[in-house]
Amino acid sequence: MSAPAAHHYTSTGLDSRKIAIWAFIGSECMLFVSLISTYLIYKGRSIVGPFPHEAWVSPSGEHFNAILNIPVTSASTFVLLMSSLFMVLALAAVQNKNVPKRTRGERILGSSKLWLWATAIAGTTFLGFQAFEFTSFVHEGLSIKTNLFGSSFFTLTGFHGAHVTAGVIWLLTLLAIDYRRGLGPNDALNVDIAALYWHFVDVVWIAIFTLVYLIK
Amino acid sequence: MATTAVPTPAAPRAASTYDENSGLWSWLATVDHKRIGVLYLFTALSFFIVGGLEAVIIRAQLQGPNGHLVSAETYNQLFTMHGTTMVFLVIMPLSAAFFNFLIPLQIGARDVAFPRLNAFSYWVYLFGGLFITLPIFFHVAPNGGWFGYAPLTTRAFSPGINIDFWVIGLQILGISSLAAAFNFITTIINLRAPGMTLMRMPMFTWMSFVVQFLIILAFPVITVALVFLLFDRFFGTQFYEIAAGADPLLWQHLFWIFGHPEVYILILPAFGLVSEIIPTFSKKPLFGYPVMVYSGMLIGLLGFGVWAHHMFAVGMGPIGDSVFSLATMLIGIPTGVKIFNWIGTMAQGHLRFTTAMLFAIGLVALFTIGGISGVMHSSPPADLQQTDSYFIVAHFHYVLFGGSIMGIFGGIYHYFPKMTGRLMDEKLGKIHFWLNFIAMNLTFFPMHFSGMLGMPRRIYTYDSGQGWDTFNLISSIGAYMLVVSSALFAYNFMRSRKKGEIAGSNPWDAGTLEWSIPSPAPEYNFATIPQVSSRYPLWEGNEKDAESARINSQEGKTAEDLHIILPYSTIKPLIVAASLVFMFCGLITSKALLFVGAAMMVVTLYSWLLSPLEPEHH
Repeated sequence: MSAPAAHHYTSTGLDSRKIAIWAFIGSECMLFVSLISTYLIYKGRSIVGPFPHEAWVSPSGEHFNAILNIPVTSASTFVLLMSSLFMVLALAAVQNKNVPKRTRGERILGSSKLWLWATAIAGTTFLGFQAFEFTSFVHEGLSIKTNLFGSSFFTLTGFHGAHVTAGVIWLLTLLAIDYRRGLGPNDALNVDIAALYWHFVDVVWIAIFTLVYLIK
Repeated sequence: MATTAVPTPAAPRAASTYDENSGLWSWLATVDHKRIGVLYLFTALSFFIVGGLEAVIIRAQLQGPNGHLVSAETYNQLFTMHGTTMVFLVIMPLSAAFFNFLIPLQIGARDVAFPRLNAFSYWVYLFGGLFITLPIFFHVAPNGGWFGYAPLTTRAFSPGINIDFWVIGLQILGISSLAAAFNFITTIINLRAPGMTLMRMPMFTWMSFVVQFLIILAFPVITVALVFLLFDRFFGTQFYEIAAGADPLLWQHLFWIFGHPEVYILILPAFGLVSEIIPTFSKKPLFGYPVMVYSGMLIGLLGFGVWAHHMFAVGMGPIGDSVFSLATMLIGIPTGVKIFNWIGTMAQGHLRFTTAMLFAIGLVALFTIGGISGVMHSSPPADLQQTDSYFIVAHFHYVLFGGSIMGIFGGIYHYFPKMTGRLMDEKLGKIHFWLNFIAMNLTFFPMHFSGMLGMPRRIYTYDSGQGWDTFNLISSIGAYMLVVSSALFAYNFMRSRKKGEIAGSNPWDAGTLEWSIPSPAPEYNFATIPQVSSRYPLWEGNEKDAESARINSQEGKTAEDLHIILPYSTIKPLIVAASLVFMFCGLITSKALLFVGAAMMVVTLYSWLLSPLEPEHH
């Protein structure tokens, strides 16, 4: 990648990429705030079902259950939260690559490949849950075209899912670099930036899970 | 970014990428912020011609009652594209031209933080601009107004391809603005020369800094509004489907939460330019510098809390109306502070009425008129009389033409020597100014009256006998005069590039860092990174300032002589930008194209990110 930060004078002493990612995250906040607000504004305004939290019988007599499956989504939320923990461990492993490892436990904790894989797999598992959720909703009669709930729900969670997907691709890229030449303390900043993004996406999910799933 | 103080072995490939070729390829592959600034300038001025011609056709149509030069449908496309072009393709990119060219020079940096991302922003702007502009030549241009109110712009009411171009085009242009904003925020925070504290930054850099924050916080909101519209139009979602229970005001709220900060995105850079010009030609430091900084920040902050004053007519009720009305009046205070500070700067100064200064004073005068009519319709009862009438058209042309464009013209005259090494002709410049000033008032002042007499915006023709005829005729004559004055500017601009008087490093005897280096600015900007101890280092700096200014004013040195490492030129940002636009085209044409574009983008993006920015340091 580009020349290490040490060669460049900066006003703050921080690498420019670190400042840019924070600016990016600030901007992304406004994106998700707009999406979440629209979901909340449209909550309860759908004329036809299915609805998120209550059952609905259509005029033609068809019965639809409340659509959100909170236990299943709680499980996927747990997986995503754990991925943030793995990400922290991955960053620590990269930062401490050159510290000698004596015990087996230190070697496990110090394996950047292990923790990057764990993060990526947890992210992919979350996406798998989302794919399952989306298909089962469609089977139960809710698509992006059905009603305002469907439109705003799929768009909001779809955007979040797209962000997770981008994050997984980013992690796999870091893994590829790790396999090719090994990630060391010089790469810590690159991993740090990926981690900031990953944690941000995770935090957004906590907001979505609370506002969309838990609050009735 | 090694300074000359530390002798480093020359990197053989570093400098050659710039100097030795100036052909087409060097422009396509450039990552130099100054060249990108020049590209922005030329492109935006070209779009200015397009947007201006659209305005002329509009004025020709309205010159007299019952005009039928163009059909109602064509007229809709014309006013939509006039607004869209001037906002997104002219004023914003003209400001971006100055962000690019000036910010690194003003803060003492060799380039922006991410030179290749900067090139990417420009190419996305160019391709997105073409995407949204070309349809008018095939009579399928967007026709829903620059504000694109949904549900009018949903498929049910606008079935044609016209709005598709608008929705996708704005989405593309948003990517350009956002990428540039991340870049400039980082540049200003992180690449200031030693001693260039925040409160020593030139006012243009300060106002640009505020604008970048407005961009990163406002653009995501319109991105979401456009995504909803895009999904409604292409995938059958119901965000703007009133029959499905959708809120008819959703678009208006989202659009104006973006749209009002956008107004300040358009004006603050011009304020910044004027804040450079007026002190220079008054030979006095900017009056009340800290207050100017704080008022700029306050304008930006309050700008997020006034969006619904664009929506008084929808009936929000007394509480909503009062809150937004008060917040709007409040914005008048920091704006007024700026006006007074410019006047305070001029007071008792040694004034020199160069063309740039005339345009700067023109901004102060004309923006004040637009500002005052703005305060008038911050009051909902008054607004209900004025909204959707030509009074509003008069108002926003006073702030955007009288404000932004006048300030930017001033900036072009002021900084032309730094870009080209030559001065623009002052005599022609002054004729341009006076012609422009008179024509501008002739065009837009009568619109206050035609508006007050009830002439609605956006009508394509009107009957006689309503008292509007004379005012419209005067407006149209003014518009034709603006064409003449703009042509004069174009002539002066093109001619002075080759034949203008040689400028020298500091033709205006200005005080800020960009004037310490040769004109045109060398590719490395500063031979040595300056040490800054004052707001106007060339006026009031100590020996350190003088020493770095002396080194930096030396002409004829190449980056190689000075052992300065510059980034490689690369075409990759252009290819990524082209792939991105290609991908968006796929939405309109075929899904296959969408995937091809996306694949191209990913591949070229990886190739960009995995290639080094500049030669290794030794």
